[in-house]
Amino acid sequence: MAGSSPAKAAEECVQALPEAEPPATGEPILALRGVGKRFASGLEALSGIDLAVARGEFLSLLGPSGCGKSTLLRIVAGLSPPSAGDRRLLVDRAPGRIGFVFQDPTLMPWSTVRANVLLPFRIAGVRGTEPRERALAAIRSVGLGGFEDAYPRQLSGGMRMRVSIARALVTDPDLLLLDEPFAALDEITRLQLNDDLLRLWERHRPTILFVTHSVFESVYLSTRIAVMSARPGRISADLAVALAQPRTRATRMSTEYVAMCDSVSAHLAQAMGTA
Amino acid sequence: MSPAWLRVAAPVAIGVLFLALWEGAVRLCGVPVYILPAPSAIAQSLWVDGPSLLGSLLVTLRITLAALAAAALVGGAIALVFSLSRIVEISFFPYAVILQVTPIVAIAPLIIIWVHTPFLALLTCAWIVAFFPIVSNTTVGLNSADRNLLALFRLYGASRWQVLWRLRVPTALPYFLAGLRISGGLALIGAVVAEFVAGTGGSETGLAYRILEAGYRLAIPRLFAALFMLSVTGIVIYLVLDVISRRLLQHWHESATTEEEE
Repeated sequence: MAGSSPAKAAEECVQALPEAEPPATGEPILALRGVGKRFASGLEALSGIDLAVARGEFLSLLGPSGCGKSTLLRIVAGLSPPSAGDRRLLVDRAPGRIGFVFQDPTLMPWSTVRANVLLPFRIAGVRGTEPRERALAAIRSVGLGGFEDAYPRQLSGGMRMRVSIARALVTDPDLLLLDEPFAALDEITRLQLNDDLLRLWERHRPTILFVTHSVFESVYLSTRIAVMSARPGRISADLAVALAQPRTRATRMSTEYVAMCDSVSAHLAQAMGTA
Repeated sequence: MSPAWLRVAAPVAIGVLFLALWEGAVRLCGVPVYILPAPSAIAQSLWVDGPSLLGSLLVTLRITLAALAAAALVGGAIALVFSLSRIVEISFFPYAVILQVTPIVAIAPLIIIWVHTPFLALLTCAWIVAFFPIVSNTTVGLNSADRNLLALFRLYGASRWQVLWRLRVPTALPYFLAGLRISGGLALIGAVVAEFVAGTGGSETGLAYRILEAGYRLAIPRLFAALFMLSVTGIVIYLVLDVISRRLLQHWHESATTEEEE
């Protein structure tokens, strides 16, 4: 671990816990004001969501199943209109500025890894050598060099998820949205992909919105955690994660990590009404 | 899993046993050849009448394959139109069903009156029987695109046509091929039924008419020989379509999975 001593970091961390202001890492990239979502069935999935995200943040949306995390992510992506409030996206609206990774790898089974990763360019009608080089670079950056011509069926679940991440990264998006991407994977693969995602974030610093229901995952990965409560989904706590960067496996052993997990768990329990 | 040789040997053994019982029973009980010929008599007829029956088979096969091709093209096109417009689908689908459930034997005489070219008349009958599985399967397939992939295409700004060609059509391919395999057998049945109704169909005589003719003349061994050829043709059509289907889907679809890979 680089940087400050564990004790000092722990002190900072504890001080940062209650009602901390999110770290201002850059210009704002996304602003949600009073966003609500009511489905045609009458179910109120989200209510009064205020959220500002700054460029370069790694924000986790943490909450129990059914709290509307995924709905919120779809609203941010523009895939689902909010029924109340206002979504302002302060990035270029051109396709490819937002990357989305679903819980399932969501690959085209009839296409090779290369063709799957090239999809955003193919849709945009961009041809030539540059997209191919970028696809190759994206595939290598998720550790799948040499698998360009494999079909999804020939890959393991973890490898498929890497392809999905490569496809989201290939356009070099300003905003990367991940909807419980590792929830269906086994623990070993999940830890590995957590580290890989952190390395990608450190290298390219995209703004990341990461939906998860794992306290440990959210603390390990994020610079900030929005804890959500259910029915209707609201943001019940907005917490800065002041753990030192870069995060490594040693981070998981540190006292400040444990303290942060403890605190986040307490907020989550409160949000779920079981505190 | 049983070894591969058993999968071939077991049905073959059953077949041989059945033929031996048949031969034995016919000889022992002295069944007249015009009621039930022994397999040896059928084999002999196959040898003697084979060349002329083969000529008739080619006539029937031509109608069958033309009807199957038309069913694939028109059926696929109808499914595409259905997938593009929900209102067209709900308006026209019931009529496709009506065409499918009306017995072809009942409409064949009408078609033969309306369509003057015998080949086209027979083709139309066989097509009516064959097109429905392709339409209904392909329509389901075109509407089965993964919802998240659809969302992704939308996120990247895909046009309607891109969604159709890059997502819906590939998704529908296994459904279309499954429909095609069913239609292969149905096209042959349709062609045979149409020939039964139409008779000679001009100067060319199909295998179905040869069956009728053999029945009238009590040439029962030849009738069985013609039946045998029809069955083999049906099996070959199925196997060829199966191979095509596996080839097209080998890299990605579960239905084309070989055991070693999984």
